[in-house]
Amino acid sequence: MSENPEAKNSAEPTRRTIIQSSGTLAAASITPGALFLQDGGENLSPGRARGDDELGVALIGCGGRGTGAAGQALSTAGSVKLLAMADAFSDRLEGSLKTLQNNYAEKVDVPEDRRFTGFDAYKRAIETPGVDVVILATPPGFRPMHVEHAVQNDKHVFMEKPVAVDGAGIRQVLAAAELAKSKGLKVGVGLQRHHEPKYQEAVKRIQDGELGDVLLYRCYWNSGGVWVRPRQAEQTEMEYQMRNWYYFNWLCGDHIVEQHIHNLDVCNWINGGPPVQAQGQGGRLIRDGKDHGEIFDHHMVEYTYADGSKMLSQCRHQPSTWSSVSEHAHGSKGTANVSSGRMEFTDGSDWRYRGESPNPYQVEHDVLFNAIRTDTEHNEMDYGASSTMTAILGRLATYSGRPVSYEEALNSEIELKPEAYAWDAAPPTVPNADGIYPIPQPGVTKPF
Amino acid sequence: MLTLLSLFCALHAAAGVNPMPATSGQDAADDQGAIYPPMPAGFPAPRGIEGAAAKTEAEMSLYAEEIPGSEVLFKMAPIKAGSFLMGSPLEEEDREDNEGPQVEVSLDPFWIGTHEVTWDEYQLFQFKLDIQARAGGGAEVTPQDSWADAVSRPTPPYVPMDFEMGVEGYPAICMTQFAARQYTKWLSLKTGRFYRLPTEAEWEYACRAGTKTAYSFGDDVDELDDYAWHFDNADDKYQKVGLKKPNPWGLYDMHGNVSEWVLDAFTKDGYGFLGEEAVHAPLNKPTELYPRTVRGGSWDDDPEMLRSAARHKSKKGWKVQDPQLPKSIWYHTNATFVGFRLVRPLKQPTAEEMSYYWEADLESVREIQERQRQGGR
Repeated sequence: MSENPEAKNSAEPTRRTIIQSSGTLAAASITPGALFLQDGGENLSPGRARGDDELGVALIGCGGRGTGAAGQALSTAGSVKLLAMADAFSDRLEGSLKTLQNNYAEKVDVPEDRRFTGFDAYKRAIETPGVDVVILATPPGFRPMHVEHAVQNDKHVFMEKPVAVDGAGIRQVLAAAELAKSKGLKVGVGLQRHHEPKYQEAVKRIQDGELGDVLLYRCYWNSGGVWVRPRQAEQTEMEYQMRNWYYFNWLCGDHIVEQHIHNLDVCNWINGGPPVQAQGQGGRLIRDGKDHGEIFDHHMVEYTYADGSKMLSQCRHQPSTWSSVSEHAHGSKGTANVSSGRMEFTDGSDWRYRGESPNPYQVEHDVLFNAIRTDTEHNEMDYGASSTMTAILGRLATYSGRPVSYEEALNSEIELKPEAYAWDAAPPTVPNADGIYPIPQPGVTKPF
Repeated sequence: MLTLLSLFCALHAAAGVNPMPATSGQDAADDQGAIYPPMPAGFPAPRGIEGAAAKTEAEMSLYAEEIPGSEVLFKMAPIKAGSFLMGSPLEEEDREDNEGPQVEVSLDPFWIGTHEVTWDEYQLFQFKLDIQARAGGGAEVTPQDSWADAVSRPTPPYVPMDFEMGVEGYPAICMTQFAARQYTKWLSLKTGRFYRLPTEAEWEYACRAGTKTAYSFGDDVDELDDYAWHFDNADDKYQKVGLKKPNPWGLYDMHGNVSEWVLDAFTKDGYGFLGEEAVHAPLNKPTELYPRTVRGGSWDDDPEMLRSAARHKSKKGWKVQDPQLPKSIWYHTNATFVGFRLVRPLKQPTAEEMSYYWEADLESVREIQERQRQGGR
């Protein structure tokens, strides 16, 4: 951004407006986290309760999920308006805008000069005057720099999971989390199970000891896999990878990170934190085409928590094999299928969740926007980061074939991001003459 | 339309009737090459299956067809032409207003699936397992394969759609009506025989199987457990197809297990729009996405919702768990109780009718379908 004077200028009016409207404040006294409460003046701290104000939203990452998240933000109580959109690709942005206009016409105000495309688009969307909340829904490789910029610019955030693809990204997110807390900013992370009453009640029961000591967790995301975007003739390597992003680690983190994080996160939630160590194995058997980049199609990881309990984790992308997306806990007094809201106890009794099941994708936005309006503490970044890190840890274990500690994974100096973000720049991995990418080789690959 | 014509000819050529000169078919296909590959010259006939080649009602019999390139079988039972009173009488217990007024309906002969379509069948289409098996086994690509390959297929679901209730031998669920209709199109091109969803009238005629009672076994709900999976006996999930007793015409799970898509829009005012006179082969084609009709009730319903005349409607809420926008045109992520079964009319329809039964009927769906065909989302 520093080399883009236009973008820089667009941010300044916001700050100047704050200074001017707060009257007596000297610019030098404005520090992050300060409460701009002067005698009889307005409270202009970034975290102040916004009451019935109209809240401006910027959407960054206009895929199906980002568009859905924007729709949910616009469906929260009170006045909300979508003011800016950003995506690497203009066709994705325009398609998303059309969908949102069709569904939320009067809440969408994104004229051409607030539609931003390219790698730097996020900065201009975040800095758009009137934007209070940003939705971060690009591929996860970009999340750390996006959330850092959002928090630096005093924005509340809804960020999709996962929040990073490597230890360096997690460290950046954790720093942004501290800054967000010091400013009183509200941050939601798209691990929507935390907003499902079924999970909330099951986790509480287990934490209250209904299963006795939990000795073992199991969790699964075994499915048929996801979409593929075949290469188009006119694409640069960078554009191809950005379109077919699921298959490249610097963008996606492998499916253990992109999908399985949900299940790992539930086990962490019950245990009270992330595991300390992991070892595992994985590979690719079905996923072997030119459009399948570098990621595996199966991982099986054994994690160890600080209390000595274990978590067995499986994730697989192979069509027409046994499928399961679930989490389970086994204790001295019984077992729980957390995802089904069921528990069976050794004394023969059982429990089944029979309550309401509101749409968690809506609830997570309702909670976030309510926190912004009432200045209620709300920051999900810590568990968002540690659960993402748990998934990254699993990937490092299956890629290396060696045990890995959480600490060495988190502090690894190996970064996945490219040297430059540009359409003609080389991505971190490129195909050989046959169009095939290097695949991690357990025992040989040193991923951390 | 030219493409439809070429398809029409292809299917006729397949049956050995009026073979189309290859050049003409080629021209027709070129007009909408994005939809179908050029029609192969001398489109081969469907495999001869006893009973399946019937030309008259008298020749019709039960037949089993293997989906080409797989070992998966499905069975089709013959249903004779006839008339019945569609809807329920005013005095029927638990009757809803939308089940009437009763109207006399006559129908032409057709075959109907003896069982609900299973995951074994549907996943061949959904996951392109036919293509994968061909590639893996080095099998040659038949002309039927090329045509079937060109049919739009579901996007991979982010979450597996069987929800751990079972796959082998279990009914396929959670598909939109559009997805079910694409399956029937794919299967038709694959087999050379025309398949589609039932109309609501065909479904009820087949379900009643000549009965006028609340269920095809009578009015005594105490017998329901012998014939159907419902909320009280299904253990909160669907069950394998065909485990309960069939109805008088040999059809399994018409009551319960999973509700079944039909072609018709849901009319909350019932059948009044059909008038008071007897009608022949009615079909109330949808013009909106919701509500459309599913019939038969499911594992998630109480007994009264499994009655022969009971009607259920699709709704937006069936996609609540889909976090994307626009919502998938392929999945009703929340409709874990909705599947379908096949129909094949004895009289092969015109080309226009084939399209009418198969193709996207809303511009909003067609747009997404076309974008996906071009590699987008």
